[in-house]
Amino acid sequence: MDFLRPATWEDALAMKAARPDATPIQGGTDVMVEINLDKGRPTALLDLNPVAELSRWSWTAGPAPMLRVGAGVTYTRLIAELGGWLPGLAQASRTVGSPQIRNRGTLVGNLGAASPAGDGHPPLLASGALVEAESVRGTRLIPIGEFYMGVKRNALEGDELIRAVHVPPAAGPQCFAKVGTRNAMVIAVCSFAVALDLRARRAGTGIGSAAPTPRRAHAAEEFLAGELDWDGAGPVDPALARRFGELVAEAAAPIDDVRGRADYRRHALAVMARRALGWAWAEREV
Amino acid sequence: MKTETRTSLGVGASAPRPDGALKVAGAFAYASDLWLDGMLWGATLRSPHPSAWIRSIDVGPALALPGVFAVLTHEDVPGAKFYGLEHADQPVLAVDQVRYQGEPVAIVAADHPETARRAAAAVVVEYEVRAAVTDARRAALDPACPLVHPGGNVVRHQPVRAGSAGSGAEVVVTGEYEVGMQDQAFLGPEAGLAVPADDGGVDLYVATQWLHVDRDQIAPCLALPEDKVRLTLAGVGGAFGAREDLSMQIHASMLALRTGRPVKIVYGREESFFGHVHRHPAWMRYEHGATADGRLVYVKAEIVLDGGAYCSSSPAVVGNAASLGVGPYEVENVWIDAYAAYTNNPPCGAMRGFGAVQACYAYESQMDRLAAACGLSPVEIRVRNAVSQGSRLATGQVIDSPAPLAAMLGELAAMPLPGPPAYAPSGSRRQGGSGARARGMIGTREEPDPRRLPGGVGRTTRGEGVRRGVGYGVGIKNICFSEGFDDYSTARVRVELLGGEPHALVHTAAAEVGQGLVAVQAQIARTELGVDRVTVAPADTSVGSAGSSSASRQSYVTGGAVKAACEAVRRRLEALAAADPGLSLGELLDRYGPVEETREYRHRPTVPLDPVTGQGDSHTQLALCVHRAVVDVDVELGLVKVVELAAVQDVGRILNPLALEGQIHGGSAQGLGLALLEEIQMRDGRVLNPSFTDYLIPTILDMPPMRLSILENPDPNAPYGLRGAGEPPTLSSTPAVAAAVRAATGLALPRVPIRPEDIALAHTG
Amino acid sequence: MDARITLRVDGRVRPLALDTRTTLLDALRDHLSVTSPKKGCDHGQCGACTVLLDGRRVVSCLILAVTCDGAEVTTAQGLAQEGEPHPVQRAFLEKDAFQCGFCTPGQVCSAVGMLEEVKAGHPSEVTDDLTGPVTLDDEEIRERLSGNLCRCGAYVNIVAALREEAES
Repeated sequence: MDFLRPATWEDALAMKAARPDATPIQGGTDVMVEINLDKGRPTALLDLNPVAELSRWSWTAGPAPMLRVGAGVTYTRLIAELGGWLPGLAQASRTVGSPQIRNRGTLVGNLGAASPAGDGHPPLLASGALVEAESVRGTRLIPIGEFYMGVKRNALEGDELIRAVHVPPAAGPQCFAKVGTRNAMVIAVCSFAVALDLRARRAGTGIGSAAPTPRRAHAAEEFLAGELDWDGAGPVDPALARRFGELVAEAAAPIDDVRGRADYRRHALAVMARRALGWAWAEREV
Repeated sequence: MKTETRTSLGVGASAPRPDGALKVAGAFAYASDLWLDGMLWGATLRSPHPSAWIRSIDVGPALALPGVFAVLTHEDVPGAKFYGLEHADQPVLAVDQVRYQGEPVAIVAADHPETARRAAAAVVVEYEVRAAVTDARRAALDPACPLVHPGGNVVRHQPVRAGSAGSGAEVVVTGEYEVGMQDQAFLGPEAGLAVPADDGGVDLYVATQWLHVDRDQIAPCLALPEDKVRLTLAGVGGAFGAREDLSMQIHASMLALRTGRPVKIVYGREESFFGHVHRHPAWMRYEHGATADGRLVYVKAEIVLDGGAYCSSSPAVVGNAASLGVGPYEVENVWIDAYAAYTNNPPCGAMRGFGAVQACYAYESQMDRLAAACGLSPVEIRVRNAVSQGSRLATGQVIDSPAPLAAMLGELAAMPLPGPPAYAPSGSRRQGGSGARARGMIGTREEPDPRRLPGGVGRTTRGEGVRRGVGYGVGIKNICFSEGFDDYSTARVRVELLGGEPHALVHTAAAEVGQGLVAVQAQIARTELGVDRVTVAPADTSVGSAGSSSASRQSYVTGGAVKAACEAVRRRLEALAAADPGLSLGELLDRYGPVEETREYRHRPTVPLDPVTGQGDSHTQLALCVHRAVVDVDVELGLVKVVELAAVQDVGRILNPLALEGQIHGGSAQGLGLALLEEIQMRDGRVLNPSFTDYLIPTILDMPPMRLSILENPDPNAPYGLRGAGEPPTLSSTPAVAAAVRAATGLALPRVPIRPEDIALAHTG
Repeated sequence: MDARITLRVDGRVRPLALDTRTTLLDALRDHLSVTSPKKGCDHGQCGACTVLLDGRRVVSCLILAVTCDGAEVTTAQGLAQEGEPHPVQRAFLEKDAFQCGFCTPGQVCSAVGMLEEVKAGHPSEVTDDLTGPVTLDDEEIRERLSGNLCRCGAYVNIVAALREEAES
């Protein structure tokens, strides 16, 4: 196994172009599990830790600035520094692994691994994030919904690296919920995120651990955009919330595995989506 | 001479663990930490199939790898090819066939652990896969089931017959219950270091529960006399029964003897799941008959335990399930059939609670059903049927020491209940502002503290669907080995002057596995000898057997041996003092030199259960623990938060309060794990979740605060009146938690661990 | 492929040459004979290998040693000062917050790292008020130590040990 250690981002891109087989590694909390368990031993590792700029976050320019979260920003920092703007993502980040893993692991690492169970994915889907992919050929922004290609497969080309992820600041309440059978250090049986955009009068959704890839519940989003009384006061109509939950569950394509049964996952998604919509809607009142 | 002095850290004190300072400093050497220059690393090739013929094994490709020193198969086993705790039916390395996934087939020694693993993988084995027998009920009860072993699939069938079956009951409740396969999941995986000796023997440093029974199994396989197989206990990272059977002991010794180099074997976590026995999964059918006012008339039970591919301690586990199968209740008429069957599932054997756990879950579930049928509270039905001193068990054995179960239940029920489902107190957090925003509470609405609700930090509820439930569980556990086993321990105690001060050295072969036995041995020596300075020597086979660190027996038996040896030393010192009055202990030792005595200690003999009637005084001591569990359940999602566990246990005499409380906490936690989380999931004989990612043991967030009441009603037959304490809490916490979940949900929930879907999908119907 | 790195382990400078695939845990245990971090699960799910890396608690089994060149690593063995146990270690002893002790070096490192995080004002999952100082009540202790398994189930006493430490 070759170990590549670029000092700068430009070096990193050049190395990745020369060695498309190299697996980038940041905190290592995903990659190392595979290595330790002898599952997929990469031929080369590209250590991005020395590239200091990756551990910064900033605002993008333009009329609708987004938070640009560098590939080296750990979950611990994301929670502490960005939670105010990205509450759904912060809630999800808090359920990742353990405190030790959050001190080391990164959101962008989660994207690189593209596990369907990654906790960071549903809130990114719900808020319409963009993945900033770069290679020596140039930069492109991949809409998050087009990023996940299959179980542990993403849309990156062999020479591309993720430099950052761009996340719009919350335009309304956001909620994340995750079912795990234990109270800590648990991989999601299934998870769900909802983000209300009160100006655009739409809701974003994200489903985790219930399909080959994290995915949105498009029909549920359209249903809310059309049926929710966005000007209404008071709580969400229970029938509407229930229908929303059903549509979220229908969007999933879960399997039976050691963590849970497919029918349970669908059921739990419906419950979480119904509840999360209610919580988010109630929070908009202020 | 005065020896009666109560030293400050004697029996009854929370004496610190002698090994504690090293443990907290990270300087305590566990088996996996051992190191010798020039040592090799062993690795094991295991069968991927639960049942197959082995057509050929080619070690050539493995031997060809640089750095590989030896590759051994069954043909290289120097002596007996089979070993076992009760029956020698388990091959050291598979001979012509494999009977479970993970069965060792070949072993390798290499100069680097990675090389050893790669070499093991390079061994070419040709298998002819057979259909696996995976249904224990079929294996036990269906004569047409294929045989796992030629002698038949039933490892043991133990009936218990008392009174006459099935008449005169006004209320009858029946139930079928299942217990999943629990793993001991000790945190320090199997490890040991074998060092070849100049005399042709081997010195083995290993984490185990019973050095001498290891040696008794190892020596014949190595074709060595016992005195050439010397074992020393290495640091043990938890045991819970999983180290009672052999794992790497013979393999490392074979490799060391073959290569002439020290060989270390350490299992990884995944291998550990295949490297030791598990708790027997159980299928149980019970029928309880009672009078209308809830007094038991009869109990019928059929208990089938899945023994897996090899015998291990299954016969004794069956003996416990049968003899304790009705629990600590008075009932005249009993009809029990308990079986263990061979299957092609992983071998099952000892785990904390040992057969009593499975039965306890079933009979306690039945008691709750009976309470409901009779219109009584769970506490009242238990009180009405509770045993006490003088009660006769189903086996005919009379409980001859205090067993105040009714009073224990009364005390438990009187303990205050925790407050209602907790919500964060209003005003404790800022509204709006960055703090609230960061938590996702953009509005003014109070969000309850998710840590206190089912689902925890997954934030799946803010109170929706949450219902509270309270449940009770009662368990009875035999202490020490039963059924006629010659159960003893040996202690050597030496008192001498060291640095001018009297000093006692206690030497036993008893395995400290975390239970605090080293501290207790020192406490006993201080109390019996009046000597403050006590050292407990490392456990090894240069002293007689101490028996196993299991069956909650070491304080009793090894404690008894240390006490007896100390008394013998004291008598000699007293004789010297009488001959030479006026001298202090130090002066006596100075004049006459060290005094040393070795003693064996045996508890009262027991008898085997009658094979037809199941009658007999099979146990020497019985211990009770009762639990109350309070849970909050999100009935829509099926997620459970245990809010509080309360327990009352009678330990006869408290030797070390702090260590004792730890045993009750720990046993309760493992019982909680079985109720809600822990199961090795099997499909067609294959383990689906051999990792800590998917075999979930309780975290600190899963373990609630505990209320404890510890009673001291002495057993006159036991040293200091003590009653073994490590296992009973493991029995009763499982049914208590399950009962609380049932109370919250109204569901039958006949299987543990209770999975979220068992609750959530039942409710949606 | 081998690499040469230098670690500062428990105050001592330790140069070493190792295969780039070596984890920090294996480098400590197998190359430097620093065995206080334990290998309990191989993949970050038990916390027994927790060490302080440049002062922050991490699981050393999920970190490649080569990425730590020049770093300061503190294990449970390095927490003691001049032979005196660290206050957290003393609290674990006093409250009997362990049984077999295999998880304890990791628990102790995790607790020390956690107390530093609290001192630095890092919020936990459920810190009530993110803007003020953190109150370390039992719920906070549990939440913040949830990355360390203890199979002996000494959790009740671990909470007690750290409650005492938090109050002092």
